[in-house]
Amino acid sequence: MGLFIAQLLTGLANAAGLFLVASGLSLIFGVTRIVNFAHGSFYMLGAFIGYSLMQVLPGFFGFWASVLLAGVAVGLIGVIVEICVLRPVYKAPELFQLVATFGVILVIQDLALMTWGAVDVLGPRVPGLKGIVRVLGEPVPQYDLALIALTPFVLFALWYLISKTRIGILVRAATQDREMVGALGVNQAWLFTGVFFLGAALAGIGGAIQLPKGGADLLMDFNILAAIFVVVVIGGMGSLPGAYIAAVLISVLNVFGVTYIPQSTLVLMFVVMAVVLMVKPYGLLGREEVAGEHGQVGEPERPFKPAGTQGRLLVGGLLAILAFVPLFGSSFLSVLVSDVLIFCLFAASLHFILGLGGLVSFGHAAYFGGGAYVAALLVSTVGAPMEVAFLLAPVGACLGAVIIGWLCIRLTGVYFAMLTMAFAQLLWSLVFQWDEFTGGDDGLVDIWPAPWLSGTTAYYYLTLVVGVGGIIFLRHMAHTPFGYALRASRDSKRQAEATGIHTKRIQWAAFAFAGAMAGLAGSLFVFSKGSIFPTELEIARSFDALIVIFLGGVKTLSGAVVGGASLEFVKDFLTRFEYWRLTLGLLIIVVVILAPDGIVGSLRKFGERLGVLRGVEN
Amino acid sequence: MLECETINSFYGKAHILNDLSFSVGAGAVVSLLGRNGAGKTTTMKSIMQIVKPKTGRVRFLGQEIVGQPTHRVAKMGLGYVPEERRIFTDLTILENLEVGRQPARDGGVEWTNEMVFKIFPNLEERQNNLGKALSGGEQQMLTIARTLMGNPKLLLLDEPSEGIAPVIVEQMATTILKLKAEGVTVLISEQNLHFARIVADRAIIIEGGSMKFDGTFSELDEQPDIRDGYLSV
Ligand SMILES: Nc1ncnc2c1ncn2[C@@H]1O[C@H](COP(=O)(O)OP(=O)(O)OP(=O)(O)O)[C@@H](O)[C@H]1O
Ligand SMILES: [Mg+2]
Repeated sequence: MGLFIAQLLTGLANAAGLFLVASGLSLIFGVTRIVNFAHGSFYMLGAFIGYSLMQVLPGFFGFWASVLLAGVAVGLIGVIVEICVLRPVYKAPELFQLVATFGVILVIQDLALMTWGAVDVLGPRVPGLKGIVRVLGEPVPQYDLALIALTPFVLFALWYLISKTRIGILVRAATQDREMVGALGVNQAWLFTGVFFLGAALAGIGGAIQLPKGGADLLMDFNILAAIFVVVVIGGMGSLPGAYIAAVLISVLNVFGVTYIPQSTLVLMFVVMAVVLMVKPYGLLGREEVAGEHGQVGEPERPFKPAGTQGRLLVGGLLAILAFVPLFGSSFLSVLVSDVLIFCLFAASLHFILGLGGLVSFGHAAYFGGGAYVAALLVSTVGAPMEVAFLLAPVGACLGAVIIGWLCIRLTGVYFAMLTMAFAQLLWSLVFQWDEFTGGDDGLVDIWPAPWLSGTTAYYYLTLVVGVGGIIFLRHMAHTPFGYALRASRDSKRQAEATGIHTKRIQWAAFAFAGAMAGLAGSLFVFSKGSIFPTELEIARSFDALIVIFLGGVKTLSGAVVGGASLEFVKDFLTRFEYWRLTLGLLIIVVVILAPDGIVGSLRKFGERLGVLRGVEN
Repeated sequence: MLECETINSFYGKAHILNDLSFSVGAGAVVSLLGRNGAGKTTTMKSIMQIVKPKTGRVRFLGQEIVGQPTHRVAKMGLGYVPEERRIFTDLTILENLEVGRQPARDGGVEWTNEMVFKIFPNLEERQNNLGKALSGGEQQMLTIARTLMGNPKLLLLDEPSEGIAPVIVEQMATTILKLKAEGVTVLISEQNLHFARIVADRAIIIEGGSMKFDGTFSELDEQPDIRDGYLSV
């Protein structure tokens, strides 16, 4: 019993930091509708800045002053980010801003590395709260009890601010209709900046306050990201009490999970989220999200047309060049180009559901990595011939997508995105932990192509044919009745249903199809590398594809491919330098600001303005 | 008080307002008439700078407002009541009024909750209800009340009678006349000539984003071809 209570208390104490960070994220999303990926970075900065301050401010009061000052400092950094990076892109299509915040993550990572170095720092213990208290005989740190006592006050203060003050009323009004708030004489730009300050400050305080329980390191930005998104989604996006309940739920379950089912730790929160979302599609205390109700749909897209002659010639010329790569380039170049082609196919498959279907998946790597694992397992466990494994991989990925799609497709918007991510994470942890079967962390190796395809050149041509063929096939599908129905389901569900389209079924089919194509890319991938590791299933892999689609242009057919190719080549070049993240991050931010329609979309607009590009689609 | 001079507004490439010019004098109630799609809403949005006119000038109390942010235009004393009402459905009536509240500007009236409740008694009864729990007519009252809380000198009312029961339309007419008596200038967009005639001193008719008529109602009655040509009576 004593142990049980002690663990419960540990869970509650852990929930304090998690809640602070998540509530900031929830606030920012609630008002600005921005999915702020950089929130984990704010948390990390809070920890490092807090640590540095604690070195100079001694004693009990020094500690708490450091925590608050860290919050203020991070809040100001948030203000800089909001004004410089986000303001220019508020009008961009929904979710586009997440690409900008992704750039911010990279920039902050390198800035933190420059400032604090690559060593992990251990948090100081708090003077006056260093001891332990015995609860039913079990030791509980005093600091944990302080955190538990503090959190309800923070929750209350935030709740009061949002529901009772004029600022809070304006913020809630702006959440619903910012243009109208402006028409009533309120400068909503500063309201947004204020919310960003508060949200970032909360993340910073969260980072500083957990120092005595942990420390600070350069991985903590990504490490907390999944957890805070899970908390916000379980609680219901924009709901503070919801975030608190969810933070407590996750933290407490986690403490018990570690003790009783240690294998569960990697997935526990995702399982909880999946269960909650299947029962309550908008989280525990969330409210229904109506697409476009926040005036963020952007201008209507122009119709896709089959490529004109000019476009075909361009693509033909490009293909001809690609066909000559192995003859004239180095084998290094062949490998690089195949990598890019495979990644482009993967991104294009995500674009099919995201661009045409409006289904933002945060877990598309599940089908890419899933397909790769299917092929690898067929080869390594039953000794299937490469050709068979190669073809069965997309089938396996498709099956997975059929099942997961069936579970996810009921949800919409961010909730859909989060549930797809949860399942991808489930798959990842399954692969990661099932050592005997999947090799776990060590992956599966020696997965080579059949003899007639081995050798860089032969495999290069396979990649070229299958990769380009897959991309063209995806593009072709956009112009079939299936593609039209998919777009109709995205744009106007009601009207589509009135014309007899079963929208959910169409979306489900599209999800499965995109899964199959991602599986095909995975299949190409595994035989080109000869091995596969769980990293190919990670959230980061899913985000890679997501980012390039937005960079290339969501509303264009070639956006995914152009974005994918540009990013891969730029990355290949930049990673040779020390602070490549900083450069890449700044580059992404610049592209986002200068080209809010993505590279292709903005080039097209620019071309049209010059009058050269009439008649040519993207 | 308000002068629009050859404004041209666009949605993307679509040219909606075509060299539109008119003015509204202090204390007047002017009606902006025209069929569906004539450009009435666009005119109002172009005044509020929600739609930014590409060319042309809009002067309010002698100051140029084209290019100013919407919130600043509102702060100068322009109150906008949009056609779609756009009340904050997740906020209570009192909170909706709070969003609209602005400090009084030099010497003008300062509207309070009590004052708007006197005009719209229905709202007082439901002051703690959420916006989404209101009927269409109550929502219409709330949008007007909310805008009044900003102490506007000029009120832009976009089709206040649309989709409201005849009884309430009558109430609305009384309200507008009351506001006029309080010294508020009103520009009201309408399709309903009958309603416009009751509340307004002057009629401006637009079609395809261009001015077709500007004068009193008796002048309009002398030109039935214009009246019947540009309005669906
Ligand atoms: N957001 C928009 N994008 C493109 N065109 C628009 C948009 N809003 C209005 N229009 C077009 O502008 C023209 C004028 O519209 P406006 O809303 O100003 O008309 P209105 O006179 O207010 O009509 P109603 O009486 O129906 O409210 C119409 O042809 C309409 O189709
Ligand atoms: Mg209108």
